[in-house]
Order: sequence, then structure tokens, then C-alpha cells
Amino acid sequence: MISTLETQAKRPPFSAEKMEEVQGIIKQFPEGRHKSALLRILHIAEEEFGGWLSPETMDYVAGILNIKPIEVYEVATFYTMFNLEPTGKFVFEVCRTGPCMLVGSDDIIEYIKTKLGISKVGETSADGMFTLKTAECLGACGYGPMLQCGKQYHEHLTPEKVDALMDEYRAKYTSTNSQN
Amino acid sequence: MGRKLLLEHVDVPGIETYDVYRNHGGYKSVEKALKTMSPQEVVEEVQKSALKGRGGAGFPTGMKWSFLAKPEGVPRYLVCNADESEPGTFKDRYLMEKLPHLMVEGMITSSYALGANTSYIYIRGEYMFVLEILEKAIAEAYAKGWLGKNILGSGYDLDLYVAPGGGAYICGEETALLESLEGKRGNPRMKPPFPAIKGLYGCPTVVNNVESLCTVVPIINIGADEYLKIGTEKSSGTKLISACGNLVRPGVYEIEMGITVEEFIYGDEWCRGIANGKKIKALIPGGSSVPILPAHLITKTAAGETRYMSYESLSDGGFASGSMLGSGGFIVFDEDQCIVRNTWNFARFYSHESCGQCSPCREGTAWMEKVLHRLETGKGNMRDIDLLADINKKIEGNTICPLGDAAAWPVAAAIRHFREEFEWHVTHPEEAVKRNYGLLKTPEITL
Amino acid sequence: MIKVTIDDIEIEVEEGTTILNAARMIGGDVVPPAMCYYSALPGTGGKCRTCLVEVAAGSTKDPRPMPKLMVSCSTQVMDGMIVKNKTSERVIENRAGVVEFLLANHPLDCPVCDQAGECDLQNLGFENGKEATRYEEERRTFEPIDIGDHIKLNMNRCILCYRCVHVANQLTDQRVHGALHRGDHTEISTYIEKAIDNDFSGNMIDVCPVGALTDRTARFKSRVWFLNPMNATCECTKCSGKAVVWMFGKEVYKVTTRQDKYGEVEQVDGKPQWLCDECRFDKKDVSKWTIEGARHIDRHSVISQGHYEKPNPLDNKPKNIK
Repeated sequence: MISTLETQAKRPPFSAEKMEEVQGIIKQFPEGRHKSALLRILHIAEEEFGGWLSPETMDYVAGILNIKPIEVYEVATFYTMFNLEPTGKFVFEVCRTGPCMLVGSDDIIEYIKTKLGISKVGETSADGMFTLKTAECLGACGYGPMLQCGKQYHEHLTPEKVDALMDEYRAKYTSTNSQN
Repeated sequence: MGRKLLLEHVDVPGIETYDVYRNHGGYKSVEKALKTMSPQEVVEEVQKSALKGRGGAGFPTGMKWSFLAKPEGVPRYLVCNADESEPGTFKDRYLMEKLPHLMVEGMITSSYALGANTSYIYIRGEYMFVLEILEKAIAEAYAKGWLGKNILGSGYDLDLYVAPGGGAYICGEETALLESLEGKRGNPRMKPPFPAIKGLYGCPTVVNNVESLCTVVPIINIGADEYLKIGTEKSSGTKLISACGNLVRPGVYEIEMGITVEEFIYGDEWCRGIANGKKIKALIPGGSSVPILPAHLITKTAAGETRYMSYESLSDGGFASGSMLGSGGFIVFDEDQCIVRNTWNFARFYSHESCGQCSPCREGTAWMEKVLHRLETGKGNMRDIDLLADINKKIEGNTICPLGDAAAWPVAAAIRHFREEFEWHVTHPEEAVKRNYGLLKTPEITL
Repeated sequence: MIKVTIDDIEIEVEEGTTILNAARMIGGDVVPPAMCYYSALPGTGGKCRTCLVEVAAGSTKDPRPMPKLMVSCSTQVMDGMIVKNKTSERVIENRAGVVEFLLANHPLDCPVCDQAGECDLQNLGFENGKEATRYEEERRTFEPIDIGDHIKLNMNRCILCYRCVHVANQLTDQRVHGALHRGDHTEISTYIEKAIDNDFSGNMIDVCPVGALTDRTARFKSRVWFLNPMNATCECTKCSGKAVVWMFGKEVYKVTTRQDKYGEVEQVDGKPQWLCDECRFDKKDVSKWTIEGARHIDRHSVISQGHYEKPNPLDNKPKNIK
């Protein structure tokens, strides 16, 4: 299932419009300090090219910034937000750190596992729609349990809320795909 | 009602937009500073206010500013540390999300004070939605002439940008943050040199927390003398506390320094007590890295005096019977919570977030995580408890950056105050697996 | 010149000298061990924490002791500074702790490791470690990989000193390996399969303090203590051509840089005498070298127990020994 998603994924280069955005970000930093733009460009590249950073994507980003590919690999593997392997269409990252645990994040993680029919965190549902991951403190400690999907935070989770969320994302996927 | 300096207008509809913010007194500190004060006067005002850095370490902001080197012809930078990721802490997100223009205003006034013409807000990557809110506010501020060239005709230029991280707690350490902002792995730098001498791109740099920079706004507006009247003698002003855990009403609160801990936990204006009618078992008052306090040391100090929400009162008793205000990440545990499980959870967090550069932190945090996991799952033995204490000692103070200490302190404190509970996990391995808590009884709390 | 006292021995050094280098000027037991610092590679140091020392007095001006142990490789001496290395219980205790950390995930596969006998970690453990480990957890493991025809990378043995990364950055024009991931999952790798093949990449093997990077052309040929290290030179346009050839009878088993007693490449007029890969890997015929004589290997090495330095070391002396 993941392999079909992978083939669907767009591959470099950026569209002209995205390239303009990328160049704008590079200009936020002084002459010769363009490497500073790396993290943000990786976020954009991940979003553009199928939700993960393939070696091809990373080499492409290295080319844009005129740095060595290893400099990109070093950074991409250091920061936990970057996916280094293909994922489902949507990635649920459930915070599992102390304050969220105190209010039941372990139960939510278990619930999502059952719901997706997966045996452990990191796996993707059979339909390729959702990948479950856990994250360390996402800064929503007072509003837990919570999960992040893309740029969105979903807080005060209950099993019912998780059900609704999955329906919502499925619907979103169906509608965007039928438009295309 | 306590006085509000930061969150006074937080509930005003549309306060995130320029017009509403401006109509509620927004950008006055920029006007005052740029039109009536020299940069040095702004620095002195902040120094006089005795504002302590709100990120966790509590280093005086004004003093940090005064250390900034000013060599001719070299740019200086102000970098806002918006990498908030200390478990229990979510106040900076709240500030930036609700009051993005206050953040922008704080950056402008502070950049002017430091003579920085380019400033960055480094925000954790997970807060991408907040980054978008900030960029919108920055665009508005440019359009209205608060950013860019010759601001208010003063001749002062400032460009302000937001840069995201990518998921790494360590980037809250200021030199790791600078590495990350330079597009590298977030490995903390060796100090000295400190950022004030060699920071971003090797230039003199000040790195300040979001709340610290936002607090510069009211300090300039009301003046340091007025600011000093708020709070206690050693803890001036107000502080944002992000309260979480088993509380009736968790959330972000602005308190005047010096209200009692009891009032904060149980007061109607604040957290309204422990959720589900339960009793309190423990408190971590300043983010996951500060020592945990058992029930009998929460509202009273070891000497039996009232415990207040202030730097000095929360640390009363040192590490033996006190804790720290830290970042204001206030984590409350009810009587059913397992201290061993929580200690393991935090140990896992620090091991996960260790950059891996220096050996005591890389190996030590991972080792502690494994030992604690064994204890929590009923596979530990008594000597593991002393082993943990010893690993702690071998990490503490021996690492490049404070992450090692941050990982060691909570484990040491948990063993110090809840040793019986660790031992219970060893003597009751089967129950330890089945149940999520150790002690069957909770020390009584007297109100 | 400023004065510094290390383990009760006073020495005058130039301003800007680190504690470690001041101690090296004194020599002997006063010298803290260093696993990541490498003087010929600027930017190294500070990571392994084995060189921690106690600063009992900061300087004459400010004689307060420093509360934390300091990394001697990166802390500069001040006039009147008093440093304790072997004379400090705290140092001995905490250094043993660092050794325990470094060995926690180390495979202890010395019997099958080519570095055995010339391994800084073995020496460190022997001199500063405790007799038993308290580490009962599962060790992290990686599969050994070939990075190119010449170098074997066994990540299990790596202590993450980052010296090899600095070699690639400073000696070669295209670094293809680096530190990936983080925390205790950090590994030295190329990420995608790539050969490290560059004129000077072989020097990574020499700077590696453990057996993480070994010479594939010499792999499993002989234990190092059965070899006779000889100073040798050759005509080379790329490098200094100053090497140590490790001989077994008339055969050259491996070629390395010349290293001082701290395991660092020798410097001539401040220039490190690095070797090019051709001299290191391809000149395994003794006729390609001019042998100058036996190489002195320092006290702590088992290699020196081979007594090859005694008169007439080689019965089957190669023809071109002068």
C-alpha cells in the first residue's frame, strides 16, 4: 500500500511558484549564510514531495543551497519531524510525554492502534491512510491528550473525538482527490 | 484579581490583528523607546526592572543585554528563543498564538536597545501554525511602518524573520539554537565563548525567551520603578504559569509573583483544585527538569512556612526539600499517579532529546531510561535504585550543556522523595505491571 | 608567559595554552587522557569528557575553585591556575564514570578487533576504568560496513569522537560521511551507500581512537604486536611520504602515519605529516620504501613489548635497510 503512495508522490523539482517561496526564505539570511534556510526548505520539500524526504529530495535541496548532500542528511536525521520513510496520507503524532500521560495519552495511543488495526506505533493502516507515531512534548500540556497531524493540533482527545477526526481526514482526502 | 501586564487584553476579540492590538495600546513601547530613549536607556530600564529570564534558568535579562559585545562594523543579532519544549511548558505558544503583535513589539523594542538590525524568532518546528500567525503579524507591522527602514523616522532599521526548527528539545539551549538557526544539527557549542561575544554567524548575539521579550513591552511602558512594585522583592513583576496535569482547570495564567502555591492550585481564579475530587500527590513547579515535590512540601516549606509562587520561595530548601520556578511549567499529580512511571517517562524524554555529542549525556540518559523502564515494568532490583543515583552523579555537571543536569535532577529528586515507591516496584513486580501506581497510600495534605 | 600548577608541578606556558597542552608539556601521569581532542584537527575536543580535571584555583586574580570539573582540552590556563588531575579523587571517580559510559555500549570484541594492542579505549579502560561494569542492558548494535575498498566501518566500536568527520572536512574536498541521527542512536555513516574514496581519506583510520575505522588492506593479517614498525619514507608528490611501515618479515602489512606518544600524527614545522591513500594502501612492497630504522613506540603499548628495537631485530633484514 505504501508503495502506491510512494509512486503517487511528486518528485523534485519545485514548481516555479514554490521555488520563488524558497528563494524568498533564502533571502531572509545574510549573504553566504543561505544554509540557515535548510530546515524550512526541508519542511516545504517534505510537504511538496510526498510527505517524506527521500535521498533524491535531500540531494535536490542540497543542490539548491549549494551544500554537500551529507550536510542535509545530517540535519534531516537529527530532527524528529522529518520523515525519512514513506508514510500514510496522514500522520497522527500523539504526544506521550509526562503531562499528557497524566491525563491519558497511553489510552489514546492504544485506542488509535486498535482502530487502525496496527500492532505497533510507527505502522500505517492497511488502507495507507493513517500512520501512527508518538512524539515527545508538543507544548500542549494543559490540553492533553493531544495529537498533531500536519500543522494542525487536535487537543482534549477522547476516543469519540479520535473517531470523528479519522472520518474528517478521510473525507478531506476523498474530496481533494475527487476534485483532481 | 492580580495585575496583568501581558495578558490584559488577551480575550479582546481580534487582538491578534494589528488594528485591534494598536487600539489597545499596542506599539506604544516602540514609540516611547525610539522617540524618547536612547538604546542604552532601554537597556538600563530593563536592568533596573530586575526581570529574570523567563525561559527557565532565570538569568537577569538586563545583565545578559549588558554583556553584549559591540565591536565596530560587526552586526549584532537578537534571537528570540521560541523553541519552547520543556514538558509542562506551553506559555510561549499561548502568548505568540494569542498576542502575536506583542511578540513583534517586544522584538522591535529589544532589538533597538541592542542595536540589532536583523532579528530572528526561532520557533520549534511543531509550532508551524504559530509561525504563520507571527508572519502575518510581521507583514502587518511592515505595512504600518513598524519594521523596515527608518522606523518612525528615527533612522533605526530592523528586519524581523521567523525560522522554524525541526523537532529537537535541545534547540532550546541557546547555542544549540544558534547552530540550528545556521542550518546545522542542534549540537550545543562549547562555552566560552558565550553568544554575547560570538553567537549567530560568529557575531555578538543575545538569545532571549519569548515571555522575557514580551515583558520588555510593559517594562518600557510603565517604567521599571512601577514594574518593581509588582511581585516580591526578589521576583519582580508577573509570570506566566502553564498549569497542567490533574487539575480542574489547567491552562496558562498570568500571576503576580508571590501569590501562594495553595491559592494557585485551589483558588477559583486559577486552577480550582485537583481533578475528579482526588488528592494531590506531587508537584513539579517549573518544567520537567526541576525537582519534584511530595505533597507535604508543596504548600509549605520544610520549615513549615507558606510556599509562594516566586523564584526564592519555590527554591527554599534547595534540592533537599525545595524545587525551582524554572519555566513555569506547573505539573500536578493526583494520588493515583505513579511516580516511577512518570520518572521513566521523563528519562525517556531526555534520552530521546539528547543530542548525543558528549558521552555522559548520550550514554547516561539512555542507561537511566533502560533501568527505569525495568523498574517500572517489575523487572528491577534494589541495587538499580542506587545505580540510578550513581549514574546521576556521573552525568551531573560533566556534560557540555545543561541537558545532562536536566535529565539527572528529576530522577534524583524522585528517588529522594519517593524511594519507597521505587522499592515497592521491586518488591511487588506483578502489581507494578498491572497497576499504574506504586504507593497505596498518599501522604495527607493539610490545607 | 603565565604560570600554572598541575598536580603540584609548576610550569610556565604561553597565554592561550589549554590545560591539556600545558600538562603535555610536563608529561607523565599529569597528562589527562584525551579520546576526542586531536591537536592537528582544529575544532575537535570537548565531547568525550575523559580529560576532565579539577580546577582548584581559577587564577591568581580570582583564586576561587571552579565548581564543575573542566574539560582540559578546551579550557585555557590562567596565570596562577591550580589544576588537579591524578591528585583529585573527584577526577578519578568521574573519569571512571566516563570510561563506564564509553564502554556501556562497546562490544568488547577486542579478541577480533584489529585495533587491539594500539587502542586508546583499551588503554583508557586499563588505566582509568573499574574492574567490572554495572551495565546490564542490551547493547545497541550496527552492522559493520565497507565504506569503499579500503576502509571498514564498525559502528559498534565507535565512541563518537568526530575526529574522522573533521579529517574529511579538513583534508578532503568532498565529505560524504558524517554524524547521523542523535542521542544514543547517533551513528557515523554515509546515509546512502557511498564509498569514501579520496586522496587523504585513509587518515581517518589513524585518527580513530578505537577500532571503528580499520584498514581493509591489513584486515586480520596479524596482531599488531607481532609486527615490527619501521620508520620509512618514499617519494610522493601528494603527501610527505613519511610513514611507519608495519612489517612481518620482509612483508609490509600496513602503512600508517607517524604518531607521537599521544597517538597524534607527527608535525614538522607545525605541519601534520598526513599520508595520502596511495602511500597508505597501495605501497605494500618494501622496495617502494626507504627504511630509516625501528620506530619507537611508547611505554603503554604492548607493541613495545615485541623488543623489535633491540639490536638486529630482523634476521631476514630487507635489502634496502641502510
